[in-house]
Amino acid sequence: MSTTAFLSALSRIYPPDRLLTRPAQLIAYESDALTSFRARPQAVVIPVTQDEVVETVRLCNEHEVPFVARGSGTSLSGGSLPVENGIVIALNRLNRILHLDPEQRFAVVEAGVINLQISQAAAPYGLYYAPDPSSQPICTIGGNVAFNSGGAHCLKYGMTSNHILSMKVVLADGEVVRFGSRSLEGVGVGPDLVGLFVGSEGLFGIALEMTVRLLPRPESFRTVMAAYRDLESAGNAVASVVGAGLLPAAIEIMDTLAMRAAEAAVGAGYPQEARAMLIVELDGEAEQVDREFEELVDLIQASGAEQVIVAQTDEERARIWQGRKGAFSAVGRLSPDYVVQDGVVPRGRLGQALAEIDRLGREYGLDVANVFHAGDGNLHPLILFDGSVEGALERAEELAGKILKMCVDLGGSLTGEHGIGVEKRDYMSYMFSPVDLEVMAELRQVMDPKGLANPGKMLPTAGH
Amino acid sequence: MPIAAHHPAEIPDIVRSTTGRLLPVGGGSKPALTRVHEECEQLDMRRLSGILEYEPEEYTFTALANTPLQEIETELAAHGQYLPFDPVLTGAGATLGGTVAANSAGAGRFRYGGVRDFILGIRFVDGRGRLVRSGGKVVKNAAGFDLAKFMVGSLGRFGILTEVSFKVFPRPRAFLSFAQRYDSLADALAQATRLACSPLELQALDLVPDSDEVLLVARLGGPAASLGARMDRILRFLGEQGNARADFVWEGEEEAAYWRQVNEFAWVPDGMPLFKVPLNPACLPALDERISHTHRRYMAAGNLAWIAGDDVATLEHALNDLGLTGLQLLGRSEQLIIGTGLAYPVLRRVKQVLDPDGKFPEV
Repeated sequence: MSTTAFLSALSRIYPPDRLLTRPAQLIAYESDALTSFRARPQAVVIPVTQDEVVETVRLCNEHEVPFVARGSGTSLSGGSLPVENGIVIALNRLNRILHLDPEQRFAVVEAGVINLQISQAAAPYGLYYAPDPSSQPICTIGGNVAFNSGGAHCLKYGMTSNHILSMKVVLADGEVVRFGSRSLEGVGVGPDLVGLFVGSEGLFGIALEMTVRLLPRPESFRTVMAAYRDLESAGNAVASVVGAGLLPAAIEIMDTLAMRAAEAAVGAGYPQEARAMLIVELDGEAEQVDREFEELVDLIQASGAEQVIVAQTDEERARIWQGRKGAFSAVGRLSPDYVVQDGVVPRGRLGQALAEIDRLGREYGLDVANVFHAGDGNLHPLILFDGSVEGALERAEELAGKILKMCVDLGGSLTGEHGIGVEKRDYMSYMFSPVDLEVMAELRQVMDPKGLANPGKMLPTAGH
Repeated sequence: MPIAAHHPAEIPDIVRSTTGRLLPVGGGSKPALTRVHEECEQLDMRRLSGILEYEPEEYTFTALANTPLQEIETELAAHGQYLPFDPVLTGAGATLGGTVAANSAGAGRFRYGGVRDFILGIRFVDGRGRLVRSGGKVVKNAAGFDLAKFMVGSLGRFGILTEVSFKVFPRPRAFLSFAQRYDSLADALAQATRLACSPLELQALDLVPDSDEVLLVARLGGPAASLGARMDRILRFLGEQGNARADFVWEGEEEAAYWRQVNEFAWVPDGMPLFKVPLNPACLPALDERISHTHRRYMAAGNLAWIAGDDVATLEHALNDLGLTGLQLLGRSEQLIIGTGLAYPVLRRVKQVLDPDGKFPEV
């Protein structure tokens, strides 16, 4: 059937202000936070009900039109990059918190609900939603679910996948399915389908609604920041903290470049002369946290820190985190363009990985700022370049690729929390065998026989 | 005579050459799961045992699927670490693979979650004899479809696990448990719910109905010196006046032994069917009323029920009426899964990929 027939069918579902087809309207949807990839869809639809999403998917299936679900477009892996002949289903207005049960500690939310809004809605009950990607003030839960987003607190609290109890999904061929339950032991009988769908990058269909687990907000947080003369010393401090049997809620490291950028952006109070900075946070019951914090500060003082700063107030703690969470965008102050990477290495290999990143950066003549979740070995090298210089983007991407392969070589992963998307799909065969990838392709095929849901993401294209 | 696998590399051939159906069997600690009614051959997995990699500073280990949990727990304990979800039936010989396939977590799942929250990666052989890897060995990973989680609770219906990687945590340096008596389940549940919503951190929070009272059992973990004060604080939170003492307090070896018998199901009479029922605490009173003749224990503040009784029909009716599903682990009842069942339409799609020729039992 023709494009005209398809668009006219869409116009029977959507009023004109929620069916965008003019180029000026489509530009905003051409890319997500991975701005080096762009594609203009033929239309964007803005559903406000789950039924509209289901009808749209069925229509796409009937007309064999590819579709890309999109929330706030914060994907750093190009996860919501449109396809040229397809449509974008923008889910921001499918954003109702349908139910929040403070006693049973769960909330039922639609895909377009913003991550932080769940915690805000739960706050009056002393509860919160744990996964906290740095984009949490704007990113949506649907995107978090599709890409299994993480954040700074994953070592102790896990990723998005660990906090989703049940889902309602429209599969790519239009069948609506539900799985999981509203028990905190929800996936307890039968295979864990929630686990399979979270992180599937939209390749099976569109999550319409999910039940998320809420946690009691910890009573006490204690945060310490320490400056080191080099990254290696900061890395050794992490090893000694972990080796002592402490389970911090977060362990973060930033290098000079990242620190300087964050300091300039928010005035987080970071020591400027240091080569590396460590942030460690403990949370829990006051009695226990106070005891463990004393031990933590002793360990850090014994680890060769040049300066140790203990956050004394909630405001000081908030400022430390504001600087850390704003580090990516702050790096924009240092360089016109940058590529963010998201590899994972075993924690014990962090020192080796950072030395290699440093060496590669010099080899390519590119500055690399490092911000990372040291507690779980999740690196975020930010490769700085000037896009107006011919070939600079390609060189930056080549360097990024070498860093990813190094992560796999060291026993880690291509991605800790940003997902594979379009950006890393051609590296999948470096991490997985042909058989592993064949099984993934077949799973995609049974859930989406026509290959319409978010095509071009995660699975490597032929020839790689 | 069951076939035995000696090495992961043999399993693809075993799967391809089998003409009937195969069911992998590990330690046999959950007999209800390894008894199948259709024409089905058991594949003895016990030789696929041993820890392959364990780096305590990484908080991760990788082991062959049929490594006994006892061996793993001993090794972890030597480094001050543990699997926080309290795998069950360890003493009865439960293996890592069986724990994943049955999704069997005990009282400790209250604190940090269950099997799905600690599994990192797997290798398995699917029904077409392909050796497949999914997930990874590092604590954070978002690459590819997560079949490692899918296999949690898969009951050997989608593939044969050969190798599993897990995240572990530092073990609290000391534990203390105590219990309070309540007259009714409603009272005990209301208190458990208040506790579970509070920032007071418990390793386990169980409700144990007995003939005319219900025990609320709480387990604390952490630095030894803080435990007494933390228990007193919880007692005050529960509304006890002044210097009230808990009705029961367990410490040291006695405390460890108490939880061992809980997680070994020593409280279930021999041969009696035991069902695991995940549920929402809101429907617990309605369920409990209808199964007052059973032996039962509610874990994770009422999110996970373990119910043992010979009258399976009554339990089944109650589960159906309340929209719940139960999985049998112990005993000789005919039905493995009772109640409202699973998400079959999606599972059938996955089955088409991983077991198109029906080499493993039906879901």
